[in-house]
Amino acid sequence: MRENNTPDKRVFRGRKKSLSSRVMRPQDLLHPCPEGLYCPLGDFFIDPVRPVDRALITHGHADHARAGHRTVLATRETLDIMRLRYGADFAESRQVAAYGEGLDIGDVRVSFHPAGHVLGSAQIAVEANGLRIVASGDYKRHLDATCTPFEPVRCDVFITEATFGLPVFVHPAPEVEAERLAASLRQFPERAHIVGAYSLGKAQRVISLMRSIGHDEPILIHGALARISRYYQGQGIKLGRLEPATVEEETATRGAGQIIVAPPSVLGDRWTRRFADPLSAFASGWMRIRQRARQRGVELPLILSDHADWNELTATIRETGAGEVWVTHGREEALVRWCELHGIAARPLNLVGYEDEAD
Amino acid sequence: MRRFADILDRLVLTPARNGKLRLLADYFRSVPDPDRGYALAALTGGLDFPAVKPAMLRALVTERMDEVLFAYSYDYVGDLAETISLVWPAPDDASAEAPALGEVVNTLSRVSRSDAPAVIADLLDRLDPSARFALIKLATGGLRIGVSARLAKQALAAMGGKDVGEIEELWHGLEAPYEALFAWLEGRAGKPQSAAQGQFRPVMLAHPVGEGDLEKLDPADYAAEWKWDGIRVQAVCEGGVRRLYSRTGDEISGAFPDLMETLSGQLALDGELLVGDPRLRTGSFSDLQQRLNRKTVSKKMLADYPVFMRCYDLLQRGEQDMRPRPFAERRALLEDLLPTLDPQRFDLSPLVDFGDWAELEHKRSNPPHPIIEGVMLKRCDAAYLPGRPKGPWFKWKRDPFTVDAVLMYAQRGHGKRSSYYSDYTFGVWAGPEDDLQLVPVGKAYFGFTDEELKLIDKYVRDNTVERFGPVRSVRAEPGHGLVLEVAFEGLNRSTRHKSGIAMRFPRIARLRWDKPAAEADHIEALTALLDA
Repeated sequence: MRENNTPDKRVFRGRKKSLSSRVMRPQDLLHPCPEGLYCPLGDFFIDPVRPVDRALITHGHADHARAGHRTVLATRETLDIMRLRYGADFAESRQVAAYGEGLDIGDVRVSFHPAGHVLGSAQIAVEANGLRIVASGDYKRHLDATCTPFEPVRCDVFITEATFGLPVFVHPAPEVEAERLAASLRQFPERAHIVGAYSLGKAQRVISLMRSIGHDEPILIHGALARISRYYQGQGIKLGRLEPATVEEETATRGAGQIIVAPPSVLGDRWTRRFADPLSAFASGWMRIRQRARQRGVELPLILSDHADWNELTATIRETGAGEVWVTHGREEALVRWCELHGIAARPLNLVGYEDEAD
Repeated sequence: MRRFADILDRLVLTPARNGKLRLLADYFRSVPDPDRGYALAALTGGLDFPAVKPAMLRALVTERMDEVLFAYSYDYVGDLAETISLVWPAPDDASAEAPALGEVVNTLSRVSRSDAPAVIADLLDRLDPSARFALIKLATGGLRIGVSARLAKQALAAMGGKDVGEIEELWHGLEAPYEALFAWLEGRAGKPQSAAQGQFRPVMLAHPVGEGDLEKLDPADYAAEWKWDGIRVQAVCEGGVRRLYSRTGDEISGAFPDLMETLSGQLALDGELLVGDPRLRTGSFSDLQQRLNRKTVSKKMLADYPVFMRCYDLLQRGEQDMRPRPFAERRALLEDLLPTLDPQRFDLSPLVDFGDWAELEHKRSNPPHPIIEGVMLKRCDAAYLPGRPKGPWFKWKRDPFTVDAVLMYAQRGHGKRSSYYSDYTFGVWAGPEDDLQLVPVGKAYFGFTDEELKLIDKYVRDNTVERFGPVRSVRAEPGHGLVLEVAFEGLNRSTRHKSGIAMRFPRIARLRWDKPAAEADHIEALTALLDA
């Protein structure tokens, strides 16, 4: 049942046999430490929040990928993104992990698998003594043209995020949300449509989605997402014509009827004053809850998430075949309850330092 | 149902009035009958489905999902309708066609209390989350989306290029789904004729007296009346139908049986609703507030705060529509009519004698009763015209009160102003001279220019002491603070505010950058007004 994702079956089987006399508990393979999730057998951390000797990084978001580790193992894209954000010396040495390829670290075999969260994002499978744990990092199952789709990996223990771990979160189809933005542009052509979206991943996904429904006009982007967007384009992701949102000569009709993509923090702030009667849109899974939109003064909530919704979380847990689930960052209690109801052992994994609000 | 759900979602998050109007007009233009008509009925409060109750909905959902998971969800979302709409498990066979709004309304209006659970569950199964939310809000009443019936009618007027007065006049003779109304608005049919009795007549409104207006007018052409500080109402009695309307045509008869039961004959009166007994005393606006915005009224309320109508115009008498006739003639007929009405409930708003504008100005500044807030000028030869025609009627209000207060808190605005701190809470000094404390007395968010807004916004950002979400606490102490000259129309006693007073219609009259905060007013300046 694990063979599909294990590149070197012979080695794996052989090892399993030789060590089968010793029963390994999951917490011996991976357990939480103040620095992050630690694997004593391989002496490495996954997504550590403090500088460590050896770090395995799932994806480039700042709360998972930090600068200052001695060695970093991650996908090529994640390493590139870290370089863009932190400079070339973000770690002493860097090693590329290709999706699906097994690597031995000490007595442990690790492999990276697509997580579908942002470009380069990966789940990390860790195996030893016949026990496999998959740390999924952040993931989603909805279609996203800007990154490799999630691949379920069979495992004994599945570590899942729970950002949207409540039955209320069922994300609508992304195209439906894109069409709503397009409809608003037609209905309010005199207003600048400012779409708040996280600079890495969400911003490019919004742009790519709009292109996919035939929106061909130039899209204006905030300076904070220029470099990452250029990188995405360099990786062959089609974002169409992007222009800087801020220019020297401002006019009263700047941005009217156009899409301006910017980090969420600028929504409703002074930066938006330069545009024609700004209409604030926010692309986030949180926009499912009306009060969230109201609190932020968002006029056009776009329910677009890079995290798994409730149905994706529960379907994924089933697909992994895991007998045990560890739940982290988000609403752990509801997902733990669901696992209990379905006869799967589950517990919250109290990791600190990750932003369960970011989407 | 999809389009109806969409527009509810958009309206609730659109702060600008013009934005709402455009959303509504586009909706009415593009959605076919009868759905748009039922949406109009829902927006104007014309639908009521007593068979559907929130407790029933809750029971329905917990039959379908784990109660603990539902409780976590409800805790998180906070709103029952929204929680149910989001967690409702979509049926495996999701092929069932989503019902149209018209079908939903028809189903809900016929359903019995015992059938309601099954019927609602079937509807919820066929809808997406946003439409489920719309269904639950529609079924349990109270859309609460920041759209008044008046705004909906204005959107209709915009859609059909008509005057909103025409729509208000027709309104009470029409019924959902308003197909004849839409046909007329779209130019496919003539104006709907209604034989309904007791309809609203759109009211005539006045312009404020502007700079230099009076010099161009001949005092002999005008009659003057006191301007009463109550609420404008229209009382109609026709063929046994008695109705009381607000100035926007909303029917409010239910809350004022004491007034309406004494009315008889065939007439339509225009006047001011006030509290008291016209023969003995006239109550204040805060007395009147006890009676406003209620659907029903208790016996005690009727005894403690009796209402009466101070009449100033006659719109209908018998079969005759008086509105085309000149004011002087209507006034004379009104004076003849009043003695036939119950003197405890109806009286006449007296004319104010004056020879020239200076004399009237003197009277305006020294009114004989505290509930007078200025004078009205009405051209003697003018017909009663709906809307706000320029020329025949003027309102000349008493000058507002002002107070110098200190800015204490600033809150972010909405819509166009969301990047500005544009809502200001201000206070005045209280306590002994060596231990002065600011006590908040009101909040204002207009009265300043765009340029001034930028300056205050900068001041707020530069002088922030603390932040609470969208609110900033601003440095305000005797030696440092921004003084705002606040204009207001009057004060009410209030148990809700720490200062014990509530301002009516406060706005920023001037920014007093020059004035030291310590020299702002003291609370005694305001409490003295209350006692006057």
